Amino acid sequence: MVDTGLDVERIRKDFPVLSRELPGGRPLIYLDSGNSAQKPTQVVEAMREHMAMHYANVGRAMHALGAESTEAYENARDKVAAFVGAPDRDEIVFTKNASEALNLVAYAFGNPIGEDPRFRLGPGDEIVISEMEHHSNIVPWQMLAQRTGATLRWFSVTDSGRLDLSNLDELVTERTKIVSIVHQSNVLGTVNPVAPVLARVREVGALMMLDASQSVPHQQVDVAALGVDFLAFTGHKVVGPSGIGVLWARAELLEAMPPFLGGGEMIEAVWMDRSTYAPAPHKFEAGTPPIVEAVGLGVAVDYLSEIGMDAVVRHEHELTAYTLGALGEIPGLKVIGPLDLADRGGTVSFTLEGIHPHDVGQILDDNFGVAVRVGHHCARPLHLRFGIPATTRASFYLYNTTAEIDALVRGLHHVRKVFA
Amino acid sequence: MIAESMYQELILEHYKHPQGRGLRDPYDAEVHHVNPTCGDEITMRVKLGDGGKVEDVSYDGQGCSISQAAASVLHELATGSTVDDSLGVVEEFTRLMQSRGKIEADEDVLGDAVAFAGVAKFPARVKCALLAWMAYKDAVVRSTK
Repeated sequence: MVDTGLDVERIRKDFPVLSRELPGGRPLIYLDSGNSAQKPTQVVEAMREHMAMHYANVGRAMHALGAESTEAYENARDKVAAFVGAPDRDEIVFTKNASEALNLVAYAFGNPIGEDPRFRLGPGDEIVISEMEHHSNIVPWQMLAQRTGATLRWFSVTDSGRLDLSNLDELVTERTKIVSIVHQSNVLGTVNPVAPVLARVREVGALMMLDASQSVPHQQVDVAALGVDFLAFTGHKVVGPSGIGVLWARAELLEAMPPFLGGGEMIEAVWMDRSTYAPAPHKFEAGTPPIVEAVGLGVAVDYLSEIGMDAVVRHEHELTAYTLGALGEIPGLKVIGPLDLADRGGTVSFTLEGIHPHDVGQILDDNFGVAVRVGHHCARPLHLRFGIPATTRASFYLYNTTAEIDALVRGLHHVRKVFA
Repeated sequence: MIAESMYQELILEHYKHPQGRGLRDPYDAEVHHVNPTCGDEITMRVKLGDGGKVEDVSYDGQGCSISQAAASVLHELATGSTVDDSLGVVEEFTRLMQSRGKIEADEDVLGDAVAFAGVAKFPARVKCALLAWMAYKDAVVRSTK
């Protein structure tokens, strides 16, 4: 066991699922946190307590429970704002997930309801993404390009799994209106450099969005320090519940953007033929929001803050180094992503020669209780770029141990034996 | 250790040494089927002869051992058979796959395809086993049009 200053044994006790047995007496070895993280008792209990004792709708109920529920919901916004360093709590919009946050921003462009020239988009204008994006940071922009006649362009990825910035100046130009890239790749583990891209974005007067679904859970993300315009992440990957995501955007941009979904709570006044809208964040939170989920998310980010994101980063760094070393010993195994540890998170994807990832995942699960993700991980273009249909992916979090990585390695040796 | 029972020796043999693989001419119809959740894909050609005889089933594709072995077994069972007989096997195979492991496989109808019985217990993998068989059904329908 490598000492990373994190009391992993104590942390593991907070996650009851980690000590359960799978059918057939297998232990659970959960290496799929990049897909979704497990939940500590603190989060589960806070949600149970809210639902059992304080639950009512928020923002509109004029009674004691309504006030308690609203307070808890808005407290969660404060906690999340603090966790990502948002200068203003009203810059935190609760969405259903990161996908909705990305769609919300894409929908603001080329939208006749909006008047701000920064969001005007049509033929001749360009949207820039990258080849290493999750589908949720590709498809909304494809749909936007289809709606408006704008052109979609993208950064390519180098053989070692880094963002290729060699043509940054040709790709991001005066025609560019928005650049949206992933902060940390959900397949490669690569942490992308924001500063050089942002500098060029500012030079040409465009806007920049980060898909931070894989970075907010695993590093200290400070939106003010990053200096971008929009950032999306999701609750269920930061040991919080599913059903809630977050869009952070600079206040003046939220003000300039048209609403996304129409409905209750997002309005100021409604007549039969027109409406005026509430200020952000409520302008973007139509309908009854994920109340209990927000409460859970607030407790989740507090849980991580208490442990300290620096300690989480160090722990995952050690696990990644250990994994890259151990996997290097397995014949026929090829890591898809950076082999050096600089600017790299705890997500390790790989192929095993002659054996399809589905077969790898099935045997790891059924024989060893090792849960990994197999397939294209919602990043098909990235797999096409590497000329492979799928990979096996192990992704770590604060509760994983080197002993679990040993189990993965034992499992992989067995997989090779079955298919030898 | 339940997965071991899914990876029958026969399945692994077909995966390592696929029968009839590769697209061939002539053919009456060609179809391309994909499994969007896992990216498995198959291109299949069917050539029919007189009296509903299946003269050739040729295919190419990529995917897991289950999907690729299922295509190989299908090639062996369908080639040289008749449209009616082979569609009968497809029907029985589909019934077995969708049974969640609750019915006995009819070996007289299924032949080697009976080796896939264990797959039925894994809902996530049933689509893998069915990919080639659904493509075949589709190709036969298009061939007889």
